[in-house]
Amino acid sequence: MKVKVLSRNPDDYVRETKLDIQRVPRNYDPTLHPFEVNREYCRALNATKLERVFAKPFLASLDGHRDGVNCMAKHTRSLSTLLSGACDGEVRVWDLTKRECVRTLQAHEGFVRGMVVRFCGTSFFTAGDDKTIKQWKMEAPGYGEEEEPINTILGKTVFTGLDHHQKDNVLATCGQQVDIWDEQRSSPIRSFTWGVDSFSSVRFNPVETELLASCASDRSIVLYDMRESAPLKKVIMTMRSNTLCWNPMEAYYFTCANEDYNLYTYDMRYLRQPVTVHMDHVSAVLDVDYSPTGKDFVSASFDKTIRIFPKDAGHSKEVYHTKRMQHVICVKWSSDSKYVLSGSDEMNIRLWKANAAEKLGMLAPRERAAVNYSQKLKEKFQHHPQIRRIAHHRHLPKNIYHETKELRTMKEARRRKERNVRKHSKPGSVPVVSEKEKHVVTVLK
Amino acid sequence: MAKMSKTKTMSSKRVKKSSEGSETKKHVVYDEEEERLNEADVNITSEEEEGDDGYNDERKRQKLLEAINALGVQRKKKLAERSEASVYMSDFTVTAEGEGDKMDLSELIVTVDKNPAVPAKTKKQLKNLEQSKKTIECSLSKQESERIQRDVAFQKASTEVSKWKGVIKQNQRAEQLLFPLNQEPTGPKAMERVVTRWKVQTPLEQDIFALLSANKQPINDPILTPAEEASLSAMSLEEAKIRRAELQKARALQSYYEAKARRERKIKSKKYHKVHNKAKRKDFLKQFDEMIKTNPAAAIEELNKVELARMQERMSLKHQNSGKWAKSNVIISKYDKGARKAMQQQLEVNKELTQKLMTSLNNEEEEEVGSPELMPGFVNDTERGLDSSNPWMRGKLSEQPSERIDNLDFTDEGAVVVGNKTEEVNFEEVEETAEEALLREFGHRRKLRLVQEAENMPVIFVDHDNKAAAEYTSNKEEKQLSEFKSLFQVIANSRQDAEAVQADSAEDANQTDSAQLEEGERIRTPEDVEFLSQELSTDEAPVQPQPIQATEKLPSAALKTGKKRKRKRGTELKEVLTTEAKVIQVPIAPAVEDTEDSDEKLEQRGLIKEAFAGDDVISDFLRDKRNQEDAGRPKVVDLTLPGWGEWGGGGLKPSRNKRRRFRIKTVLPPPRKDQHLPSVIISEKRNCSISLHQVNSLPFPFENHMQFESTVRSPVGRTWNTEHTVKKITKPKVITQLGSIIEPMAREELVKNKKL
Repeated sequence: MKVKVLSRNPDDYVRETKLDIQRVPRNYDPTLHPFEVNREYCRALNATKLERVFAKPFLASLDGHRDGVNCMAKHTRSLSTLLSGACDGEVRVWDLTKRECVRTLQAHEGFVRGMVVRFCGTSFFTAGDDKTIKQWKMEAPGYGEEEEPINTILGKTVFTGLDHHQKDNVLATCGQQVDIWDEQRSSPIRSFTWGVDSFSSVRFNPVETELLASCASDRSIVLYDMRESAPLKKVIMTMRSNTLCWNPMEAYYFTCANEDYNLYTYDMRYLRQPVTVHMDHVSAVLDVDYSPTGKDFVSASFDKTIRIFPKDAGHSKEVYHTKRMQHVICVKWSSDSKYVLSGSDEMNIRLWKANAAEKLGMLAPRERAAVNYSQKLKEKFQHHPQIRRIAHHRHLPKNIYHETKELRTMKEARRRKERNVRKHSKPGSVPVVSEKEKHVVTVLK
Repeated sequence: MAKMSKTKTMSSKRVKKSSEGSETKKHVVYDEEEERLNEADVNITSEEEEGDDGYNDERKRQKLLEAINALGVQRKKKLAERSEASVYMSDFTVTAEGEGDKMDLSELIVTVDKNPAVPAKTKKQLKNLEQSKKTIECSLSKQESERIQRDVAFQKASTEVSKWKGVIKQNQRAEQLLFPLNQEPTGPKAMERVVTRWKVQTPLEQDIFALLSANKQPINDPILTPAEEASLSAMSLEEAKIRRAELQKARALQSYYEAKARRERKIKSKKYHKVHNKAKRKDFLKQFDEMIKTNPAAAIEELNKVELARMQERMSLKHQNSGKWAKSNVIISKYDKGARKAMQQQLEVNKELTQKLMTSLNNEEEEEVGSPELMPGFVNDTERGLDSSNPWMRGKLSEQPSERIDNLDFTDEGAVVVGNKTEEVNFEEVEETAEEALLREFGHRRKLRLVQEAENMPVIFVDHDNKAAAEYTSNKEEKQLSEFKSLFQVIANSRQDAEAVQADSAEDANQTDSAQLEEGERIRTPEDVEFLSQELSTDEAPVQPQPIQATEKLPSAALKTGKKRKRKRGTELKEVLTTEAKVIQVPIAPAVEDTEDSDEKLEQRGLIKEAFAGDDVISDFLRDKRNQEDAGRPKVVDLTLPGWGEWGGGGLKPSRNKRRRFRIKTVLPPPRKDQHLPSVIISEKRNCSISLHQVNSLPFPFENHMQFESTVRSPVGRTWNTEHTVKKITKPKVITQLGSIIEPMAREELVKNKKL
């Protein structure tokens, strides 16, 4: 008889130090694990539920403004600094780690329409209803010194938007026309007009830094090149766009926030139709900002919610709201891609987590591994009905919930009617128009 | 000029209009209006003229009249008078003012003829131009030109932006993205980067630094200036070209050398190679001498290399007259002096190669003196005690143990016979005899084995019986030994076979097994066997009765077999305990284990039977299955209602007709899946509680359900995968560094991508 003696090498099961995790010998032979899918499904379900349990995105509310927050600006060099301009012309500088206001200055009379921090982070510009652009130092004036701008540019008309070039000392403003300013000069070095309109916002492309785009009140989006004397192209949509934002990682994509409750992502080379239509808001979208990774963007709406969309998805993956938050006017995604900031009508700035269920701060390696694993599981089983249901469930305020339902009904009715019309008319006479094509009226060269 | 030409075209249009009927009028008017719009762009003042419609109409009519007049009548030259101050003032008393005024080139160039300064060629050209009847095309309107401008600019911008396509696509496909993008590479950094600049303290240092800064040299010496670094990191096109050319050249050179070497290797002339090698050696020696002086470390390395080559030579069978050629030459060399010489040469080569270098010879000289000088190298090897402990050195010995033993014996014998063997011829003869004897011996053995392989089994059986006796006799008397010689020969043979082939065929395995089993009972069998076989082969040699002597003589052989013996000792106990003679009789080796296993199985089966004696599982199962089948079978539903349509009450049954009408048979269900599987019940009921969790439609990106299932099937967790795999699979798509600002993509990324 053969006697098989058990012989084990202690190296296989003895820990080197007591801080090590216990070594668990495993046999990975798949025939020994017949229920692996079922067990993983169970884990995925639990992970999804836990994610919903831990999804508490609201972090802080910064109050201090005495009027609605009209615009915000991220500091280009410091993560913890935020600037906000209110409808009464007041600009506040916030320290986000301490969650307090560190500086207040009365910048303009009337609204602060636009605000931008210079790329070096030492100064910032504000544009207001009083037809001025002012440049301010980032650091607060010393004791006894008066709070006054470094530089003031007097314009002929009201400015409605402001942006700064990524690397040069060039500013862009919009109002009755789009102007390109040299910081040192008091008159614009270039101004673009294409028909008489008023513009609501202008943005530089952060990647191809010489390009810019603006939204005009004639329902159009106009593209410019700073080096050319004429604008490049113009697309007219069914309704007006309020703002737009370029994707910071993908040079030719931008997203605009439209009055028709939708957002549209365009490829600037093909303006004939948007790449994606992002639907979910139930009122006009007022502001949009990309995450610095270029994977998602956040939008602020008149319907008192913020939504986060993946850049190529038609529907939002997240919706943030609180009872007290009114119409959200401006929104920013922090430059470390972890937080979202929103400024709203009721004078508060709110700080949210960009990823609602994420644990903040450093993670231990095992924690990190667990998070990665559960993330992967959720992704793997995302199509299973129960997991899908739980992952997609969001509580919405009553009015938004009903509004959504109503909109869906309306849309369905419209679709049905169109279908019926098509059915009862000569074949081909009522063409099928896709959702993307519907919203573009013309492209002007 | 633009305006002039415009008016011209207008007039022509007007003519057209008049010639055409009133039908086309509308259209023409429309055209005209458009034209007018264009005009407005060109000259803003004209806007004022077009204030009201009445005025407009009047003017149109006048224009029309003028146009008609202009058709028939010869153009009259009239010089307009300047009546008021005008912006456009001509030096040549030519004005472009007034309606319907037309300019001709001829009017302008009248003065040219008179001017002698204008060359004749130009004049000619002008005349030609005058004669040509073509109208000059009017320049584009402002809108159109702007539109073209915009279009061009847009094309430019879009091509510029399209450069990013590659980067964007790559990032979208990337399995993992790390933000910020331009992170500093992890790993060790230069000391100069980490340590902050140290302060200049002594006056000497001050002086030095003053000098350095005056000459614009970098102060921290190994660090390059940023400009230098940039130029280093970015290889210019020229540099790249130069580098490529260098590489190409190197490759070409290499191929030349290779070709040359191949050519040289093919040369068959021995003389050439001899000369070549000699020259090489000389060169090498020269170099070596130099090296000893200049670079002793390298010289030692070279020495080591030489030593290694020597060891290899000693281990190999090269130059030892053991090859096919040598064996065939053995016979020829008897008669052919040349062949003999060749063999001798080979041996000399061997000796030369295996000779230790003189530098490290001190202690081994004595040994060499003691040993016969002209013996083949491997004989020395076997005698060397040191080498035998090293398994690598023994490698050669283990290949053909018996042959070596015999060889050794012969050489020993040779030594005895010849005495002091300085004479070459003598030795050669000895060797010859040895070789012949060896060959003969092999033939003899092969025959023996062939004969005995046929009746292997019984032989072993017999052998087993006689074994004890054999042992005794071998120790006591040498006479009896001869009787068992053949038997032991068989055993030795079989053992050698096993070692050589490692039990290739089942028969061989069986043979060896049986041999081992036998030997198991006697602890020192192999030695004895070897000893005896050796005795057998050397007929004339003096018999050596003590086995201890033999082992002393063959230390390496004993060591080699030592391992084997150990293993056999381990198995010995078992054999003693379990095996009997009958076991050996079973021809197939693995059958031994099988019988044990089957015994165990039987036992287990019995145990199970005992344990489940009470319940009859199989019949239970069959009953279960029958019940399920019955449940699935169509049933006859009787829907007859007594008293409906006829008399009812106690003792009255519904009529047969009625019953027949209202008995309903349900349709036969599809055949059960387990109808041909007697020991299986397949339930075909849909489980509602599970279906809640199941995917009921194919999700979007997948094209068929197989694809989707394959994504779900493979597990991700560490319960089913190795740590490394889990880490790889669960890698997150985007990683951002905590607390660092992620800048938008910079132009450098584009350059980086291009480089890749």
